Amino acid sequence: MAIIRFTVNGKARRVDTEPERPLLEVLREDLGLTGTKCGCGEGQCGACTVLLDNRPIFSCVTPVLTATGRKILTIEGLAEDARLHPVQQAFLDEGAMQCGYCAPGVILRTVALLESKPRPTDAQIVDGLNGNLCRCSGYPRILAAVRRAVGSAGKKR
Amino acid sequence: MSDHPRRPEPPADPFAVDRREFIEIAAAGLLIVATAPPSQAQREGGAGALEARLHIAEDGLITILTGKIEEGQGALTELAMAAAEELRVPLNRVRMVMGDTDGVPNDGGTSGSSTTPRTVPLVRRAAAAARDLLLAAAGRQWGVDAAKLEMRDGAAVYAGKTYAYAQLARSPELAAAYKAVLPAGTALTSAREWKVLGTPQIRLDGRDIVTGAHRYPSDIVRPGMLYGRVLRAPSYGAALVSADLSAAQKMPGVKVVRDGAFVGCAAPTTFAARKALEAISAASRWKTAEHPSSDNLFEYLKQHAKEQGRPQGQARGSVEKGLDGARRRLKASYQVAYVQHAPMEPRAAVAEWQDGRLTVWTGTSNPFSVRQALAETFGVPPERVRVMVPHMGGGFGGKHTGEAAIEAARLAKEAGRPVALHWTRAEEFMWAYFRPAALIEVEAGLDAGNSIAAWDFTNYNSGGSALDTPYRIANTRVRFIASDPPLRQSSYRCLAATANNFAREAFTDELAEAAGKDPLEFRLAHLDNERIKNVLVAATERFGWAERRKKRRPGVGIGLACGTEKNSVVAACCEVEVDRESGVPKPIEIVEAFECGAILNPANLRSQVEGCITMGLGPALREEIQFKDGRLINGSFSAYRVPRFQDVPKTEVILLDRKDLEPAGGGETPIIAIAPAIANALFDATGKRARAMPIRASG
Ligand code: FES
Ligand code: FES
Repeated sequence: MAIIRFTVNGKARRVDTEPERPLLEVLREDLGLTGTKCGCGEGQCGACTVLLDNRPIFSCVTPVLTATGRKILTIEGLAEDARLHPVQQAFLDEGAMQCGYCAPGVILRTVALLESKPRPTDAQIVDGLNGNLCRCSGYPRILAAVRRAVGSAGKKR
Repeated sequence: MSDHPRRPEPPADPFAVDRREFIEIAAAGLLIVATAPPSQAQREGGAGALEARLHIAEDGLITILTGKIEEGQGALTELAMAAAEELRVPLNRVRMVMGDTDGVPNDGGTSGSSTTPRTVPLVRRAAAAARDLLLAAAGRQWGVDAAKLEMRDGAAVYAGKTYAYAQLARSPELAAAYKAVLPAGTALTSAREWKVLGTPQIRLDGRDIVTGAHRYPSDIVRPGMLYGRVLRAPSYGAALVSADLSAAQKMPGVKVVRDGAFVGCAAPTTFAARKALEAISAASRWKTAEHPSSDNLFEYLKQHAKEQGRPQGQARGSVEKGLDGARRRLKASYQVAYVQHAPMEPRAAVAEWQDGRLTVWTGTSNPFSVRQALAETFGVPPERVRVMVPHMGGGFGGKHTGEAAIEAARLAKEAGRPVALHWTRAEEFMWAYFRPAALIEVEAGLDAGNSIAAWDFTNYNSGGSALDTPYRIANTRVRFIASDPPLRQSSYRCLAATANNFAREAFTDELAEAAGKDPLEFRLAHLDNERIKNVLVAATERFGWAERRKKRRPGVGIGLACGTEKNSVVAACCEVEVDRESGVPKPIEIVEAFECGAILNPANLRSQVEGCITMGLGPALREEIQFKDGRLINGSFSAYRVPRFQDVPKTEVILLDRKDLEPAGGGETPIIAIAPAIANALFDATGKRARAMPIRASG
């Protein structure tokens, strides 16, 4: 067991746990943040995507120790108060969800993508999101939502 | 310990009410019987009293109760729209309670595209009856004939006065009316007058999804809950010889459960449960059993065919005579591999025992039959078992059963605490059931006029849906012959219709070629079904079939396919590019036209059709469960490649809205045209016929 400190959604956290536990399980089971999902546990589906110091990671294959002293953003921390993040709003407006189980991971991956490439080409979007599976296969709607998010960010600027 | 409450209570999920909350909603309305749940007869759906289906709260909020569940197919929004339409209220005045066996009528399983044709009318009838009650009450109050009243914004209106559902909820004389059995003949609003139905609506609980607030079955947390794991056999058919549980039992906080062949454990974290199970696993011995391999799957299916049993199917004319008299005979056999649904959320359940009552939250499309299974397994009356299905993370026909629910309940019973059991992806691959593999043999004959004169079609193992040909053929025999399957198999999105349509449409293309006809003309010449013709014409016109047939490009081909199932029709055109070296076709563009009667929610239907097209690419091109010695060779997302973003071709969906036809479901049939359209396009590009799913490069 070890005491591990990190920041989640802007709040300082401290957990006393086995350092090799997957970050995903600590978020879900110790911190009650069940918005981050498990779809495979082997880094193949992206359902567990969270941002670690603004970079997307698969939290299912990331030991919690790795997060020491770092900043984590989960889907629960994305909206500010009642205001949805533009990417969340775009997914909602575009109806880019069927069962929605993939949505938290895909949304966070999109947020990271648009941070690094505010005007991605279609090929860059596909490339950026390819690690995230949607078994409902709602890819066309998701791509439309990402384009919408790019558009709305463009308008704001 | 963490500096945060370790297991917080789940926040209230507006769509998965717990008992306490249910009673509160119930108590808020006048017409409620929270303490006396609807009788069994009422729960069966159909003939029940209004109160079994619909509640009106004192603030006028309407709650619709249904045994259907939401798994991403859009039932929640569609049923709420159906209610809002007939009640004449805005959509946001309706809330849904779904899949809670203590509070909803048993509407049967959520499968077979049945919600639209069967449950939507039940909800509409209940809502229309409530609206008529409102009008009658308002009419009585004002001394005016109810027929003279108008409905506006969810209230009856007459001469400047309004009477709203909130008032109806408070009017005591209506309690009796509410108990009455729903009149069968209540008039429903005609599709041409719809204001809510027929308009595009996105998922009503979408906000909870994009914020991560929605609690899926695997997100349910109960006070004092443990996380479970179950010991699985290393291979199919293996029997447990011995298991030494002592190492796991010594682990802090771990409860080990053994009940006959069932061995499992529960621990304060998934991590601890995994460690405990590893210890048990390392100390258990198994006796393995022989098990066939996917290498000779199709021989196996044929050898184990139950020819003696009565095959399912039908015949017209004489197939023997038709074949004998044919100018030209063709014959082919088609193979369709086992595939796994692999919904994004694996099976999950939380079980809690309290005072001899069992409550289970789980992801299943059959809450009532899972309740029954739990009752039988644990020898308790069904009334003491409550199953709740929070909207789950996908199903596609793969979650009709209650394995996780039963396992969680077993662990919880022994542990004396609530237990969550989340199947791993590896468990979901190996121990959930599969879409059945198919061997299909087909023989046909062309007559002197190049029309199909005879058609002999046999499906081994996969099923009889969409078995018959929609083409006009005088002599046919179509059969489904069951086999003794090597893997556990059951339902899947459109089940056997995909295999049957693949073989039929690929073979029809061969016949068109033998007849020297264009595939489109050949089909149209054999079709009487106007609905199929319409989608074929719509898809091919948009795709530019005729022009593209004239422009040939090396390594590029086009193909089409059509079909009908579950009272809906579909046609797809596809362009593929064939990789020179591997010979593998890559779909570049797909245009699909679909028609399922009057469209209830065009936004959702479009999503479903797009989803079917893309999901259909998997079994068409890559998905294939491989097994040997009772183990899966590719039971993981790294080895079993499902469609990803990079695989999505340019996709265009055409929805034909037939307001004159009854609505049919649209979440399944659009999948059946994809694989054959690709196979036919591959032939167009290479001259090689593909006769297997997944479509193999060798053709
Ligand atoms: S759960 Fe982490 S990648 Fe699938
Ligand atoms: S919406 Fe179901 S997995 Fe993406």
